[in-house]
Amino acid sequence: MSDGEGQQHPIAIYLWIWVLLFVLSAFSYMVDIAGFQGMLRWSLILLFMFLKAGIIIAVFMHMQWERLSLATAILGPPVVLLVFIGLMAIEGSYTEDLREYFFSPPEVIFSTPHH
Amino acid sequence: MSESAVSSPDELKDGTTGFTQDWSSDKQTFHAPWGKAMMWIFLLSDTFIFSCFLISYMKVRITTTVPWPNPSEVFALEAFGYPVPLLLIAIMTFILITSSGTMAMAVNFGYRKNRKVVVWLMTITALLGVSFVGMQVFEWSKLIAEGVRPWGNPFGAAQFGSCFFMITGFHGLHVTGGVIYLFCIVFKVYRGDYDRENNYEQVEIVGLYWHFVDLVWVFIFAFFYLW
Repeated sequence: MSDGEGQQHPIAIYLWIWVLLFVLSAFSYMVDIAGFQGMLRWSLILLFMFLKAGIIIAVFMHMQWERLSLATAILGPPVVLLVFIGLMAIEGSYTEDLREYFFSPPEVIFSTPHH
Repeated sequence: MSESAVSSPDELKDGTTGFTQDWSSDKQTFHAPWGKAMMWIFLLSDTFIFSCFLISYMKVRITTTVPWPNPSEVFALEAFGYPVPLLLIAIMTFILITSSGTMAMAVNFGYRKNRKVVVWLMTITALLGVSFVGMQVFEWSKLIAEGVRPWGNPFGAAQFGSCFFMITGFHGLHVTGGVIYLFCIVFKVYRGDYDRENNYEQVEIVGLYWHFVDLVWVFIFAFFYLW
């Protein structure tokens, strides 16, 4: 298990994960080089980001070999951040709408580039 | 009532049975070295700090009616006569991943009680961290020379500068702190402290911190540089 003799795993696991992180980073960099835009770009960025974050936590930080009580205590709380992100996205869009309405001369209200 | 859950109070079960057993125990929930559990809890709190920065960045980027500067162009570097987008950022990303790899190996060799290899791998990790900070200094100087300030910049929305300096600055501070932390532990490994204690868990704990710094960079790279 996790404690006692400590974390002992074959070196090969780390080397493979290392290679995988390199490949995933190269892929996310390629998204920019290739000039993908819109939903394709955002979904690919998020996909590679979550894959990288997941394998760093699971393998390099040994979370997959930790006891469930520790893993849930650490990985559970950040889930509430999704609520925070959602609230701020709604609030941000509302603020942007107000700014577009009040700060723009009438002729550019409907042609202001977003973000 | 499951008989396996109460069969022997000293035996730690895996999975959900172990989860119930851990949380209903009288004395101790986390069966991990206390230093490791506390490092995890610190990293959890740090997660919330970085999330606050990234969420405020998301919010100002949504709210501004001025176009956001294109990071692909702002962070481009001239190489072989062509502007290569995000060149320095890509190099920094690979350096940090490499340092995470050497750190993971150091932890592994620590548990094998191979003192010399641990010293070498951790020193390489720390030096890669130093080079990362060096490149960040270069990037900051370049942007400052181009007129990027926390209150405005020549490329677009004024909030770009404050988000950039705050987020990458706070991350760079973590890398700098991590390098100092690494060198402290390297010194103790070199001196043979952990051989005498016959316990290399301090190397794993500094490793957790270092991987977290890499983890934060994954999110900054995705949201600030690629988005």
